Amino acid sequence: MPLALLKYGFRRKYKGDKYFPAARPLKDTYDVVIIGGGGHGLACAYYLASDWGIADVAVLEKGWLASGNTARNTAIIRANYLTPAGALFYEESMRLWRSLAGELGINLMYSERGHLTLAHSDAALRTSRWRAEVNQHLGIDSELVGRDEIAKLCPEINLSEEVRYPVLGALYHPPGAIARHDAVAWGYARGAMHSGIEIHQQTEVTGIKKHVGGSIELETNRGSITAGTVVQAVAGMSSEVARMAGFKLPIRSIPLQACVSEPLKPFLDPIVVSGSLHVYVSQSARGELVMGGATDPYPLYSTRSTLDFTERLMASMLELFPFLENAKVLRQWAGIADMTPDFSPVMGLTPISKYYIDAGWGTWGFKATPVCGKCMAELTATGKVPDLIRSFELERFGRMEQVGERGAAAVGH
Amino acid sequence: MAPRLLDISPMKIIDCPLNGPRNAQEFVCGGEVRQEPSQDAAIDKWADFVFLENNLQGVVHEWWCHVPTSYWFIVTRNTATEEIIATRRPDEFFAGLKQTDGAGSE
Repeated sequence: MPLALLKYGFRRKYKGDKYFPAARPLKDTYDVVIIGGGGHGLACAYYLASDWGIADVAVLEKGWLASGNTARNTAIIRANYLTPAGALFYEESMRLWRSLAGELGINLMYSERGHLTLAHSDAALRTSRWRAEVNQHLGIDSELVGRDEIAKLCPEINLSEEVRYPVLGALYHPPGAIARHDAVAWGYARGAMHSGIEIHQQTEVTGIKKHVGGSIELETNRGSITAGTVVQAVAGMSSEVARMAGFKLPIRSIPLQACVSEPLKPFLDPIVVSGSLHVYVSQSARGELVMGGATDPYPLYSTRSTLDFTERLMASMLELFPFLENAKVLRQWAGIADMTPDFSPVMGLTPISKYYIDAGWGTWGFKATPVCGKCMAELTATGKVPDLIRSFELERFGRMEQVGERGAAAVGH
Repeated sequence: MAPRLLDISPMKIIDCPLNGPRNAQEFVCGGEVRQEPSQDAAIDKWADFVFLENNLQGVVHEWWCHVPTSYWFIVTRNTATEEIIATRRPDEFFAGLKQTDGAGSE
């Protein structure tokens, strides 16, 4: 039997398809260079080709494809944000997510679970009600639910009043979903490469120069490249790359840690978030609990894991799900989050012409991958800022016009 | 006065100039040391001061506070390696800055 299999494997007739087309050599010049081969950069590349027919594009990635925050987030997708600008932007992303697996031809394991943001205080209830009102006004499925409904939606949550922070209610967002983050990057990468776009891994940008003629020269560890237009999508290293280009960002780089448990029998349907307890959790298709909490207490460019984080997170987890006391943590990791003062991203123009930025994605970037890619591609192709991302321009800080999403962006801020 | 040195890495204990070595959880980071613009400076100078960050990967000088005693001081640390290089009283730090004419104190 193994011999037959071996023979089958060596037959030319059954040569398997390579998932990615063969890599091509690095050229000297491209119309567009995207710095950063994560979900956002790859999505931008994909939509440049599919929406605008621009294929003379190189994506430069200093590590491996999607080895940064694309592979480190907790894969939650939702649109129940607080500001109209934020909610509309993420709602458009949700619309794209629903048909994305079919479009990219890869199983994204996109799974709509419902999203519960627990409120443990009057202040949290008030914010939930506010978010629900804003969301409903914009046509986003989102409502405030009481303890009875929570018990029906997720009977596993400990609703006892004998805890430090009893659950008072929740913001319920039925379309809240999870997806397989690696597959998102692979799907976009394959789609882009089949349109002729080049993806160069192990290619790090080390210097950026603006030429008088308008083109931009990028020094890399593999020689210099001239680009007509540059898109920077390097979550975590945004400030350092912007420094090479010569401008400052309203960003602090702060690690966000996460962990997964050993695989457990499926028991948790919705995604459960608690701002007061600093925890969010969902159960993956493999049965692992994917858990995250607050960002680290100070800026850092190191993706180390700490015991402080796990201890605090598990204390909160056990308050919500006491029956998990014997479950084991399997892996723990960190990603470097671009934290902005208003908890909204920075997208669009920069002080340098034809150098566009996609940064400030803090703890909320994965869900925006499709819509951000689409908007950045439109900006790159037309030079005009799409309406959907106009509120998120870097210039907003100069005008003191923040897009305050602190109450809806994540937990523990 | 020589800066205090502590060879514990990564950051678990911070050597507070007022209280001595204390658990890092007792402290909060108040952001990078920088020059406040004058009251009548242009709005873009103030926007820069309020919102924009150097956010350097490497050695930075930051304000930190020991929360139980409300004591603010200067921490010099490496944001790439998570090492504390020195902790100083603000008067010590700024005196050092003057001596080296404003260009870093190391």
